[in-house]
Amino acid sequence: MTAPVNTDLTQLDAAELGRRLAAGETSSVELTRAYLDRIAAQDGVLGAYLHVDAEAALARADEVDAARAAGAELGPLAGLPVALKDVFVTEGVPTTSGSKILEGWRPPYDATVAARLKAAGTVLLGKTNMDEFAMGSSTENSAYRPTRNPWDPDRIPGGSSGGSSTAVAGGLAPWALGTDTGGSIRQPAAMTGLVGHKPTYGAVSRYGLIAFSSSLDQAGPMARTVLDAATLHEAIGGHDRCDSTSIDAPAPVLVTAVQEGARGELAGLRVGVVRELGGDGHTDGYDPGVLDRVRETVELLEGMGAEVREVSCPAFDLALPAYYLIAPSEASSNLARFEGMRFGLRVGDDGSHSLEEVMSLTREQGFGPEVKRRIVLGTYALSAGYYDAYYGQAQKVRTLITRDFTSAFDDVDVLVSPTSPTVAWPIGARVDDPLAMYAADLCTLPASLAGLPAISVPCGLSEGLPVGFQVMAPALADDRCYRVAAAVEAALDAARGSRFLDELTRRAAA
Amino acid sequence: MSDTLVDYDEILTRYEPVIGLETHVELGTASKMFCGCATTFGAEPNTQTCPVCLGLPGSLPVANAAAIEATIRIGLALGCRIASWCRFARKNYFYPDIPKGFQTSQYDEPLCTAGHLDVEVDGETHRVEIERVHLEEDTGKNLHVGGATGRIHGASHSLVDFNRAGIPLVEIVTRPIPGTGARAPEVARAYVSELRDIIQTLGASDVRMEQGSLRCDVNTSLAPVGSLEWGTRTETKNVNSLRSVERAVRYEMRRQAAVLDAAGRVLQETRHFHEDTGSTSPGRSKEEATDYRYFPEPDLVPVAPDAEWVEKLAAELPELPVARRARLQQEWGLSATEMAWLVNAGALGLVDATVAAGATPADARKWWLGELARRANDAGVELSGLAVTPRQVAELTRLVAEGTINDQLARQALDGVLAGEGDPAQVVAARGLAVMGESDELVAAVEAAIAGAPDVVAKVQGGKVQALGALVGAVMKATRGKADAATVRRMLEERVVGS
Repeated sequence: MTAPVNTDLTQLDAAELGRRLAAGETSSVELTRAYLDRIAAQDGVLGAYLHVDAEAALARADEVDAARAAGAELGPLAGLPVALKDVFVTEGVPTTSGSKILEGWRPPYDATVAARLKAAGTVLLGKTNMDEFAMGSSTENSAYRPTRNPWDPDRIPGGSSGGSSTAVAGGLAPWALGTDTGGSIRQPAAMTGLVGHKPTYGAVSRYGLIAFSSSLDQAGPMARTVLDAATLHEAIGGHDRCDSTSIDAPAPVLVTAVQEGARGELAGLRVGVVRELGGDGHTDGYDPGVLDRVRETVELLEGMGAEVREVSCPAFDLALPAYYLIAPSEASSNLARFEGMRFGLRVGDDGSHSLEEVMSLTREQGFGPEVKRRIVLGTYALSAGYYDAYYGQAQKVRTLITRDFTSAFDDVDVLVSPTSPTVAWPIGARVDDPLAMYAADLCTLPASLAGLPAISVPCGLSEGLPVGFQVMAPALADDRCYRVAAAVEAALDAARGSRFLDELTRRAAA
Repeated sequence: MSDTLVDYDEILTRYEPVIGLETHVELGTASKMFCGCATTFGAEPNTQTCPVCLGLPGSLPVANAAAIEATIRIGLALGCRIASWCRFARKNYFYPDIPKGFQTSQYDEPLCTAGHLDVEVDGETHRVEIERVHLEEDTGKNLHVGGATGRIHGASHSLVDFNRAGIPLVEIVTRPIPGTGARAPEVARAYVSELRDIIQTLGASDVRMEQGSLRCDVNTSLAPVGSLEWGTRTETKNVNSLRSVERAVRYEMRRQAAVLDAAGRVLQETRHFHEDTGSTSPGRSKEEATDYRYFPEPDLVPVAPDAEWVEKLAAELPELPVARRARLQQEWGLSATEMAWLVNAGALGLVDATVAAGATPADARKWWLGELARRANDAGVELSGLAVTPRQVAELTRLVAEGTINDQLARQALDGVLAGEGDPAQVVAARGLAVMGESDELVAAVEAAIAGAPDVVAKVQGGKVQALGALVGAVMKATRGKADAATVRRMLEERVVGS
């Protein structure tokens, strides 16, 4: 471990902040105020948050400090601020999922993960920006405003959890929750130099997560370090009886895996490098710098005793089309409840329009173009006469992808690849080209479709921008992702002599 | 607009009916299908709701195990195959009473398939094949305000009550039922009646058609006699009583026959049944089928009933109505006709319960088919709707058998029970209805009668013994029916004849 270069609280990781809170070196109020000040100073430009309630956050922090002062038994997360992607419903706190159709809605209940973080004593700083209904890879599809990348304000922060990635990378929150349907945690984490993990499907409750694609959506942590990500994951994970797809198995022990990994204990670990994700013959669309960093990281693993081999997963080539049939199909149904009858926006309710017209006007004005594109695509794919050719066929591809994973995991313990084919691109560069936008998820889609855990950990810079290294593991073996990511992080930190994000802090200071 | 109708008896000379029934049964589970909300009927609107059954963003369903069990038991009682693995599906369409923009139902993987139900009409058994039994959720209820009769036309605004949204609903679908001929309306009625009895016996639902916990859609079509193809069917909704099931089929047969006679084409459409006129009117046309874009519900895990568990459920099914009828008919020594009366009067269960509470089968039948049937008829309610329990009826028969009261007093005691004055014994005590013993009061009444009618006494003593009846009547009148007539006669004989 290396010493932080900055004494600014907002540039520290959550583990260090937690230690200081427990030791009485700082208070939750001081900490919360530090983040709120930084949000006030910087979020006008960065646009990470859609909603911040400073008063509520400070009141909550004060409560936790008072409890600590009174000698209450507090958990390790007590008093630590956190940011939530605006896709999670929060009781009494505005929740929009990045859409105008939910503007002003205050949910009457908490998502399970929000309730768990609340029970752990965390302080909610606010709700972070996102692509509308999590549909996008750049956060430019937010109905409210784009979010900027702290590494370069002219670039996108990734998406759809771009508000969370910018908040954490920019020091506007120590850590945050995102959601990942096709890469929406991992890709923005990669673009902003964070650790982001998509848990095994069913490992973290989806109750209260506004659904985009039910069979793919997963909530997960975004953090400055692998240890922080594991800690946050442990706090939100585990069975939830409100989500019938939640896995009723003991939550994996992740922090221990991080500690083992950080010691570089990888001897005997079998690592498969996926050829179809940036390997020979599959480099079209990949930045050479990204491929270089990933190759160097694989060599680093080899140096720590891992056995590396190339693995072929041919069905991965079909992941993109399959994903863009399955996710929109489910979305077309999931978004049907937004019709202006019970909550959120209602347009045309002036006595001159029929029920159908009110529903139609509400959806016409309430949804943005990308959401409409996917609803139309999904509606078409599920239609009588097309179902078998599109949705049905995509489900078969999904099975093939799962089989590729299964046979690969017969021979290796983890699979690795770039997280994203490129580094963060300039804002606006892909908005008129949906297919180029969709291609940003090439590397993250296979694990999503198979429901497998996958993590992105920073592995260096290309063109001065962060590159993410993806580690995928079998279902419920999330601990392997964390172990390998921690090994990579520790080795790179040691070689660099500083934490990855310290580079960003240094640049800001310069 | 009134339809042209063909005389019923004439239809069968030219056409063969085919009927089919889709029956929806609200299960009597304590909580809803996909959330923990209560299912009590008649609660204040929107008081039995939560984020799940309101379809709020982020909410997720969790299937009710009790509802799955009840559906499997219904399937087993109908002789169905129970799926070893099946999924829920989303039926997508927009309407304000479906909060999610889709109804969670089952599509091509129903929980139960391929069963049958035998129903008897006029001594003839008709086998109704069951195509499927599946589980889904009920919708909310729209209330249209400002227009006539609560219909949407002319309404100024509409309200939605989501208390009903998400109540588990079992749909039982028959295969087309051909070959019923003139009895098609009765077969339809008998099927629904038998199905209702089975579900009641299983305790799966209170199956009250008037409250909508059992709802029927009746499909009817006619084809020319001898035709190899079936005709176009209509689906009649809003059929809310057994009698309406019969009337709806009868009406549709008569209407369709007229259309076909005029070389017209029967439209495939949904029609609404009108209780007041016994007629049907067109609803939305199904000529252009709605595309519901069914797909497997990704928010729910598949249902995979364990084979051993299903076997156990099958073994633990209660005695079903058909077996029970056969057993009771034998135990009570009734003819088939007598049994049919009991069943048709809706009295079988009540009589059985009354016998179980201690009455003789003859007494129980006498009361339920006699005095109680009369009162139900006068009050315009079903027998089961009377405010008297089988146990209370059994108590009445016991009081009569013991001689505490006679039949006339028993009817007065029943008045008290129906008026909510308590059990028969309590009413007898409170109203002072018990038969008089040979008390001073009775002796005085007898002697007063003798003293008051010397002419009658003379007639009796002159050999006209039957004239004694007038004296008995006088004593009964004086005691307001509380005396025992036989005792009175004996006392009079002792005093008039014997002296």
